[in-house]
Amino acid sequence: MKQKIVLHFPSIVTEQPFTYHLIKEYNLMVNILKANINPRKEGRMVVEVCGDQEDYQAGMDFLQSRGVKISPLEQEIVWLEDRCTQCGACVIICPVGALVMERPEMKVKFVGEKCIVCEHCIKACPARAMEVLY
Amino acid sequence: MVKRTYEEINAKIRAGEAVVVTAEEVISMAREKGIEETAASVDVVTTGTFGPMCSSGAFLNLGHTKPRMRMSRVFLNGVEAYAGVAAVDVYLGATQLPESDPANTNYPGDFNYGGAHVLEDLLAGKEVLLEAESYGTDCYPRKKLEKMIRLDDIPYALLFNPRNAYQNYNVSVNLSDRTIYTYMGILKPNMGNANYSTAGQLSPLLNDPFYRTIGMGTKIFLGGGVGYVSWFGTQHSPEVLRGENGVPLSPAGTLAVMGDLKQMSPQWLRGISLIGYGVSMMVGIGIPIPILDEEMLRYTAISDEEIITDVVDYSEAAPQGTGETLGKVSYAQLKSGEITLGDRVIPTASLSSYLKAREIAEILKEWIKSGQFLLTKPVFTLPTTGEGINYRKIV
Repeated sequence: MKQKIVLHFPSIVTEQPFTYHLIKEYNLMVNILKANINPRKEGRMVVEVCGDQEDYQAGMDFLQSRGVKISPLEQEIVWLEDRCTQCGACVIICPVGALVMERPEMKVKFVGEKCIVCEHCIKACPARAMEVLY
Repeated sequence: MVKRTYEEINAKIRAGEAVVVTAEEVISMAREKGIEETAASVDVVTTGTFGPMCSSGAFLNLGHTKPRMRMSRVFLNGVEAYAGVAAVDVYLGATQLPESDPANTNYPGDFNYGGAHVLEDLLAGKEVLLEAESYGTDCYPRKKLEKMIRLDDIPYALLFNPRNAYQNYNVSVNLSDRTIYTYMGILKPNMGNANYSTAGQLSPLLNDPFYRTIGMGTKIFLGGGVGYVSWFGTQHSPEVLRGENGVPLSPAGTLAVMGDLKQMSPQWLRGISLIGYGVSMMVGIGIPIPILDEEMLRYTAISDEEIITDVVDYSEAAPQGTGETLGKVSYAQLKSGEITLGDRVIPTASLSSYLKAREIAEILKEWIKSGQFLLTKPVFTLPTTGEGINYRKIV
């Protein structure tokens, strides 16, 4: 299985290795999409994790047992539809096609599962209709 | 030959018998039934546009305080309104930034808040901080004022936009090797994207290319309420090159519009932030076009394939004002999501909302069909071709 998730590291664990254990002991393929980790500060990492269902579950249990909070990716960036003016300035900024213009309606659509939380859309949206939650 | 007067059209609107269609609907009608038959059946075509229109703002009369005050500097949520009008009359410009805004010192600046956002907040019923200073006079002794106010507390609020609804606008690309931040949005290096901003076939002035029916006094949909065309807009330039259909091939006509701010809606006047550039306002405008004759129907039946505009390099040609263009494309191509320029296929994005433009044309159609919105005959129509007018001279 393959899953994009967000890992939240409390400040007391940011100096411990995690990716190493996920790869070495749980046989998971970890692709880091985005990371913001600083010593003694709360950290956050967006990763794509790939492996057997059992290994995946064991890896996640390991993370949680060490105080790492796991959340699904699509909850990280939200599209405030009622703030969106449907202009479409975002669609050429989003590098993964998570923001698309539906034609011929000319309606903007946000495909949450494609989003990699690069946050390029946040400031590219003139109406400030994209928000990061963390 | 179809001939209609404003009076005849209004009589049909009052009787609930007027045939009103949008500038999008009329295209397929004209294709199916022909110009003559469609002109015979349609009385009014409604247009719409919802895009960033910088030259916007509002005249506010803030009301007299006790004791009285001759306000010489006025701020609303930290955004300065021009107070050199009269004691308590100010003009709040849409693009004005708060004095504390770092602008582009940390390039590209965010520009999260400005005059347009103040107007949107007022329309949303929010409280806004009014700060005013004065040097004090015998008749206006008060020197300082700090007060939370809402739109309801402001005695008089007139939206007055000196330049809106540009008739055609160019497409922006970036030939340089770094990302640039413009009023046309983020432009990626080496023509990574092409941005445009008009409603094309739905856009008001593209449906009446020579301004036969639009002028001072034309009643319009403005910011969700009713407004009027008050004059031709700044930079109004009818003498640009036009296609065989009469439609300008580059930016041409503009409108100055006005209306009572208090009956408008924050949905149709929206503050926006253009990264690295500044603040602007998205303004919703819809203009009804009376089908006075077959020629007017032919104008309104224009489609995106027939509206052509220039592609301009915003890294060099636009900022330096060279007037150089890179080629021409149609709005149908732009709306498809990509344009071809030479051997390059470039993805496109719009800053103007076609979906909302359509919604405005639909709302205006319903207003007219319900009999509540009558058409007005302009006191005079906008300056057109052959009058030797060019308000866009570069000095």
